[in-house]
Amino acid sequence: MSEPISALNGAIYNQGIAEILALDPIGMISIRGDLSAGYLKKPIKKITGLGMPEMRGINLNGQTGIAWMSPDETLLICTYAEVGAHLDTLQNSIGSNHALAVNVSDARAVFRLKGKHIREVLAKLAPVDMSPENFAVGTIRRTRLAQVPAAFWMVDAETAHLVCFRSVAQYVFDLLKTAAQPGSEVNYYKR
Amino acid sequence: MLVLTCPNCGITAEETEFHAGGEAHLTRHGPGASDDDFEKYLFMRDNPKGVHFERWRHVYGCGKWFHAARDTMTLEIFGTYTAQTSTVPQDIIDKITDRRPDWQKSDAR
Amino acid sequence: MSTRIATGGRLLNKSTPVNFSFNGKQLRGYEGDTLASALLANDQMLVGRSFKYHRPRGIVAAGPEEPNALMNLGHGGQFEPNQRATTTELFDGLDAASQNHWPSLEFDVGGINKHLSRFLPAGFYYKMFIHPRPFWKHVYEPIIRHSAGLGKAPKDKDADTYEHFHAFCDVLVIGGGVAGLEAARTAALSGATVILLEQTAHWGGRAPVDGGLVEGASVTDYIDALIAELSAMDNVQMRTRTMGAGVYDHGYVLGYERLKDHAPEIKGPRHRLWRIRAGHIITATGAIERPLSFAGNDIPGVMLAASVRDYLVNFGVSVGDRTVVVTNNDDAYRTAIALVEAGLTVPAILDARVLPEDSTLMARAKGLGIRVMMGHAVAAVKGGKRVTAVDVCSQAGEGAVLETIQCEAVAMSGGWSPVVHLWSHCGGKLTWDAGLATFRPDVDNPPLGADGHGFVTAAGAAGGFFGLDDILHDAHAAADGVVTTLGFKLPAAAASPNADRQQEAPLAPVWMMPQGANVKLREKTWLDYQNDVKVSDVRLAAQEGFVSVEHTKRYTTLGMATDQGKLSNINGLATLAGAMNADIPAVGTTTFRPPYHPISMGAIGGEARGEVFQPLRRTPMHDWHDANGAEWEPVGHWRRPYAYKRSGETTHDAVMREVTNTRTNMGLLDASTLGKIIVKGPDAGKFLDMLYTNMMSSLKPGKCRYGLMCSENGFLIDDGVVARIDDDTFLCHTTTGGADRIHQHMEEWLQTEWWDWNVYVANVTEQYAQIAVVGPNARKCLEKLGGMDVSKDALAFMEWVDGELGGFKCRIYRISFSGELSYEIAVDAGVGQAFWDALMVAGHDLGVMPYGTECLHILRAEKGFIMIGDETDGTVIPQDLGLNWAISKKKEDYLGKRAQERSHMVDPTRWKLVGLETTDGSTLPDGAYAVGEGVNENNQRVMIGRVTSTYHSPTLGKGIAMGLVLNGPDRMGEVLEFPGTDGTTYSAKIVDPVFFDKEGEKQNV
Repeated sequence: MSEPISALNGAIYNQGIAEILALDPIGMISIRGDLSAGYLKKPIKKITGLGMPEMRGINLNGQTGIAWMSPDETLLICTYAEVGAHLDTLQNSIGSNHALAVNVSDARAVFRLKGKHIREVLAKLAPVDMSPENFAVGTIRRTRLAQVPAAFWMVDAETAHLVCFRSVAQYVFDLLKTAAQPGSEVNYYKR
Repeated sequence: MLVLTCPNCGITAEETEFHAGGEAHLTRHGPGASDDDFEKYLFMRDNPKGVHFERWRHVYGCGKWFHAARDTMTLEIFGTYTAQTSTVPQDIIDKITDRRPDWQKSDAR
Repeated sequence: MSTRIATGGRLLNKSTPVNFSFNGKQLRGYEGDTLASALLANDQMLVGRSFKYHRPRGIVAAGPEEPNALMNLGHGGQFEPNQRATTTELFDGLDAASQNHWPSLEFDVGGINKHLSRFLPAGFYYKMFIHPRPFWKHVYEPIIRHSAGLGKAPKDKDADTYEHFHAFCDVLVIGGGVAGLEAARTAALSGATVILLEQTAHWGGRAPVDGGLVEGASVTDYIDALIAELSAMDNVQMRTRTMGAGVYDHGYVLGYERLKDHAPEIKGPRHRLWRIRAGHIITATGAIERPLSFAGNDIPGVMLAASVRDYLVNFGVSVGDRTVVVTNNDDAYRTAIALVEAGLTVPAILDARVLPEDSTLMARAKGLGIRVMMGHAVAAVKGGKRVTAVDVCSQAGEGAVLETIQCEAVAMSGGWSPVVHLWSHCGGKLTWDAGLATFRPDVDNPPLGADGHGFVTAAGAAGGFFGLDDILHDAHAAADGVVTTLGFKLPAAAASPNADRQQEAPLAPVWMMPQGANVKLREKTWLDYQNDVKVSDVRLAAQEGFVSVEHTKRYTTLGMATDQGKLSNINGLATLAGAMNADIPAVGTTTFRPPYHPISMGAIGGEARGEVFQPLRRTPMHDWHDANGAEWEPVGHWRRPYAYKRSGETTHDAVMREVTNTRTNMGLLDASTLGKIIVKGPDAGKFLDMLYTNMMSSLKPGKCRYGLMCSENGFLIDDGVVARIDDDTFLCHTTTGGADRIHQHMEEWLQTEWWDWNVYVANVTEQYAQIAVVGPNARKCLEKLGGMDVSKDALAFMEWVDGELGGFKCRIYRISFSGELSYEIAVDAGVGQAFWDALMVAGHDLGVMPYGTECLHILRAEKGFIMIGDETDGTVIPQDLGLNWAISKKKEDYLGKRAQERSHMVDPTRWKLVGLETTDGSTLPDGAYAVGEGVNENNQRVMIGRVTSTYHSPTLGKGIAMGLVLNGPDRMGEVLEFPGTDGTTYSAKIVDPVFFDKEGEKQNV
């Protein structure tokens, strides 16, 4: 079988005030169910080494992570190759309980934003308070990016990851490029 | 443009993240319902100048529905609450009566 | 003449000259100039022609309230009309042209209108051009369109970029004058986050021009100290060249930042629209001086008194050697004093007031030897393209000329009006201040926010406080009050500074000069310069019954120009009140609407232009389609190949080839856009039984079933094939346009009605690339790829199976929307292109060709399959389409069932689906109506049906169509008439909608 490719296959933009990189495929499993249930928490802990995140939280551990998406939905992040095995682990734990775990890795595009102006780049496109005191590492925000849904989180002070639907990857890449165009620094976040 | 707080994810966001869903607390009428009941359910809506209970969906956020109590005239938001209820919670009623002492809850539906 | 003088010009950098052009003339200014100050420095008193009468007009003001000096700026992709010279910063190479004249500014043919002004009163157009009716469209409108309007519309695409920025703060201060700076400092000291916006390039507002002492130091030093203190605070954001454009619900404010209008060469976006959410807004927007209403008050050289002072102090520009000052208040004396101190001449101050004693400023003016004429007024200004003299009269009289004073400029002041626009945008009420003769914010009726409390506070002159000491104290108190309501606390040391107080004599309201001015004078007295509205027009409106201020505004166009009546508002209201013999507050104001000052369309659009105007959704095989001749069809935000054109082919040729090839060999369709929704849970079957009209709970795992979905209204909203994956799990296919909508539809019912049902849904549409392999050779192609048994026995029609095909993990659905042997195969989107490539290789010897949506449509139409959006339009129920077989009779309930029992829904005269076949083989026009006998109550021909889908079928060699027809299924064989839009009438026979392979032998092999 062929190697899977991401929607933009590694596209990069680095002429502006932030570097925008389309990441190679990342494993993502959407899990719906009772997030306090042991049959979800245990396999997630086993796979990621992480506990269930708080509301709007994202717990990261190297290439794995677990993000709170809604009161009955969480997103497990892992390497693309391990999705199948992790789905089996989840299914086995869920058993006959009422929960849903489904592979959405290919339905998404993931971008990495790098640089000291990334908060500004995002604040141009999303109606979100991107100030460091309101949006810190460990928080995931589902919102709109211009005209499409997106979710993003800070990996560190100068790195953010952004997820959108695969079909609009080019649109989102073009948006981010526009928002990061040379000379467009806002120099807004002082703290 | 309004600001609403989604009770499902706790986010306070601007209206562009939400989708309005019309009047809240309607009772569904299906097969067997009289023509009058069905007409009311399908077509008849309150249009108050003042306190209104309405449905919203956090469409660009957690995707969940919720209810809001809002003044259609001043746009004051008295509160937001779960969509999984067919009655208005007492704490919302209390907030409304605190702000609008003359307000009477209509039991039309 | 207006000229640059040696002294003054605090905003100029005289070491850096700047070259610019005006109407092709090369001129020179300095860095720091506005276009207006540079034009005046070059004696360009005449800057434009008025809108209606084409009268010569000059610069009146120094800020955004300027009504006359509107320019066309730039060229090509940078061209922009209607830009104010007063808010345009000068830069090297700036190219400006005046507007609204032909053939030239100096000689303008339209100027004849001013001689006809007697015949062009308010409402002239409404009265004149109503008869004869056909003349409007063919004669009047084209001529009026040609002569109306200000600047030219740009012809080229805007070469610049724009962006939005979302910002959040506790306190937003709009206006960077002393009040705004003081308020921002006070708010920031409490720990609140503060954004401070200033529309010009400079902090401090008018204070440096007007002067004064704060805590013993000059106000300029105080401002510098404030700026330094604020700049050092990390909870404060300061932005110059950023205007607070509008205040909206719940603390939402638009700020308009002009990043490079003053320096087009720098990189980056031209404008940035700040979308700010503030806990509270302080409007420190200052005040605007009012003109006085006297005859000839629009002649170039007549200027607001404070603006004369601004040009002198800020830009070192003298508007004229001899300036007559005319006023009803003390402030204009500052202008007279400044002019004389700069070595210029003020022949007289005409003060309409009669006062018992001199105020401090009056005494100072007199001390400088200026002739102060109390109780006097301007009877008329003399001059054409520039002021030559004023006729002086008594204010109390009717305008008898007492003397004529030669002068080059007139500085007028009718008092000051607080800029209440931002306070008012979101519902803040105003109160009449008789002392100031103006409206000011009514602090008891502010605009209300999300919590039901006021969220805007005016500070300083914007709140009606004048005088440096009052302004600073008010700004401090306003900010203190604001941060306290927000839960912050001011440190004890944060005290309000004290400024020196200057005693001023009270203003006397003067709405007409002289008081008893006759009609002749009133017809030369302008209220609204930009829209050419005179005192006589407003009086006429009142006389004709337009007594509501909103009606008067629209009838006369007072305040409706691009300056939105910043100068004319109060004077117009007062004139209307006078004509009606009413109090001004009883007349009220018109509504203030955002933006405060025009903002660019580019800024409003932000990033949404060109490639990112709107999202475009691409399937995993998009690039392949593009490289292989795809002609695109927009389907929602998706782009789907309509057909793949080969060289030499028309689109129609390509479609015909694709149909024939798919029927005879095999075709590939990119079906990735079809919705795929997983529905899982113990109640999943029960849930789908409610959603679909037919029974889904009885479907066996491994099987597929076609289903219809209706709204509660009974109307058909979507269709598709449902596959049962296991006991608890279903996969629902939706239409391309239905994927998101149906997913949301499911979530809505689960969250808001049946929240106790145990069902989870997930939209996995984009997880998969889905490819339909269609045609007699489809099975051979899959067998060539190998890895799975795809025989009839292993995978029968309407079954699905998981497996691996040619090394690709996949799920195959044996379903058909074409009537052919057909497999729809889903693979992970990341390998979609690779799988497509593999199919193209495997199918090479089997005649494989990709096909597009038009071929898909023809294939399905030949089989009589309906298409959501063609056969349905939101008013069609499944029963209309003969789909009763897909409606369960056993189910007690499903969404739409009760609605379909309504009398109108069971009416036997509802139009029903039939096939249509033209008698001559031609193709019916899409959407054509069948006509019956007679006419309806509107005298239109009776309609008895309409075409819903129509194609040329290459398989059958003729036109085929489907349509909804009155009693259609009972009228088989009848011929109907369909008038086209081209004058021809088509005849078509009613036939069975299944045109091809009625028994389904081809798909079931």
